[in-house]
Amino acid sequence: MEHVAVNPWVALAYLVAGVCFILALRGLSSPATSQRGNRFGMIGMGVAVVTTLVTHVPLTATLIEGEDYAALIARVDYAAAFEIVAAIALGAVIGVGVARRIAMTAMPQLVAAFHSLVGLAAVLVAAAAFLNPVAFGIAVPVLFPDGSAVALINPVSRVEMGLGVAIGAITFSGSVIAFLKLNGTMGGKPILLPARHAINLGVLAAILLLVAYFTVDQSPWVFWTVTLLSFAIGFLLIVPIGGADMPVVVSMLNSYSGWAAAAMGFTLHNSAMIITGALVGSSGAILSYIMCRAMNRSFVSVIAGGFGAEAAGGAGGAAASDRAWKRGSAEDAAFLMGQAEQVIIVPGYGMAVAQAQHALREMADKLKAHGVRVKYAIHPVAGRMPGHMNVLLAEANVPYDEVFELEDINSEFAQTDVAFVIGANDVTNPAAKTDRSSPIYGMPVLDVEKAKTVLFIKRSMGGVGYAGVDNEVFYRDNTMMLLADAKKMVEEIVKSLD
Amino acid sequence: MDFVAILSIFVLACFVGYYVVWSVTPALHTPLMAVTNAISSVIIVGALIAGAAAGSTGSKWLGLAAVVLASVNIFGGFAVTQRMLAMYKKKERPAPRP
Repeated sequence: MEHVAVNPWVALAYLVAGVCFILALRGLSSPATSQRGNRFGMIGMGVAVVTTLVTHVPLTATLIEGEDYAALIARVDYAAAFEIVAAIALGAVIGVGVARRIAMTAMPQLVAAFHSLVGLAAVLVAAAAFLNPVAFGIAVPVLFPDGSAVALINPVSRVEMGLGVAIGAITFSGSVIAFLKLNGTMGGKPILLPARHAINLGVLAAILLLVAYFTVDQSPWVFWTVTLLSFAIGFLLIVPIGGADMPVVVSMLNSYSGWAAAAMGFTLHNSAMIITGALVGSSGAILSYIMCRAMNRSFVSVIAGGFGAEAAGGAGGAAASDRAWKRGSAEDAAFLMGQAEQVIIVPGYGMAVAQAQHALREMADKLKAHGVRVKYAIHPVAGRMPGHMNVLLAEANVPYDEVFELEDINSEFAQTDVAFVIGANDVTNPAAKTDRSSPIYGMPVLDVEKAKTVLFIKRSMGGVGYAGVDNEVFYRDNTMMLLADAKKMVEEIVKSLD
Repeated sequence: MDFVAILSIFVLACFVGYYVVWSVTPALHTPLMAVTNAISSVIIVGALIAGAAAGSTGSKWLGLAAVVLASVNIFGGFAVTQRMLAMYKKKERPAPRP
């Protein structure tokens, strides 16, 4: 079954859009070229949208009857065209408004919310294609002898449509849960249902079987059951996953939103959508992989969920709090850092929660004025999404050439006077290197304990990190604990530095 | 285009994506997510086709709703990416000191 012949210029325009999207991602290889890359992305989107608008002008057929003739004339349906432009404008106003106002610390929630919109849009497009397949050029009208007509959808298109709606629905409901967890509306703790693995596998199998069955029976109930089951599985998959595993979840949903776009691209035979879907799909998959590697956990174990819940239950009773530790004050910290040659700052999610990034940069400026070299060390899973810490530091005007990744700076701690840990915990735990029984064993960590002095900002000694394990660094001779809210403590240090 | 031609584009684009994304600096992973999110809204193409097609009212309104959602994502995604990228600065700016 052949599609309607496509104008080669139209196909070329979509190809140009696809290439622009590749250049958009290519630009992100360095901050210097990134803004140009983003403009390529906008141009690509503009080309794709304008091409579609021009080739799909809404038409109405008007019957013109003269004395001796009758003709059907296609006219532009201005009302329908207006509705489309209004829909785009409405989206633009909402989108730009949100993007201008959102706080940088709320970026993980925003990205999750945006993913849910892509997912829902994919579901709606698939449903629209199912209801009006002839408009999408994926069906042939079949006339029955009794006079009734049915648009018979191509079997291949049915599979693509079924997969598209399933991935879109999973992206939607999964992202909504991720949004609620990141936003704090829903507790970050994993919620564990009994027999959840059996239920999840059963639902997934049912979805795949129904998509297969869809090729022989295009009844509406098959389509809608696939949609509903997919909404359910997206919900069930994300609910048991805890807060600090969110970087993996957000990356995974990013990947899904791409695969959903690609599936719809297959349905519409549109190269821009297919290229974009493949780019976004692989981007999210690579980010998930990087995040998993940074936690030394397999993708399957993250998706299976429940991390932290068991560990916290087991380790919570262990009496580690009896051990001796040193407490320092803001003045002590200011004195130590003011004398130092080099200070490495290790930020974590706690810095984002306390909104301490601006105060932190002020502290770094003061230290630099004292002739201290200041660097920042970022662990890949610090924060709630990939690159979260980098954005917050950039927001606080920290130059990006002072910010280093784990593998680039880890060897420097041994020659560093002060490691300043603010709001991070598990990513500095030396047990990951030595203690085989530790739940985080094998995870790459920042070697803060090798610095001459470790200053560790923490709210209280009671709480443990996400993994539920005690941190050996607290009790070392060269560690000084600064117990306070991260922002207040940094502000006090700034005052003491004067 | 037949199915194999489309599949070829898809598979090759996956490889391009693989190499391009590995070359993205980790410092820009958050903008990467924001911009991939914006470009995956190219699904608006399907929504526009549905919104412009005559023949099914249900399909048309589903299409228009999808146009709004995708449009929020496109404009919001590119705008927020732009906002983030503009913050990444290299050289020391003279700090505003009292």
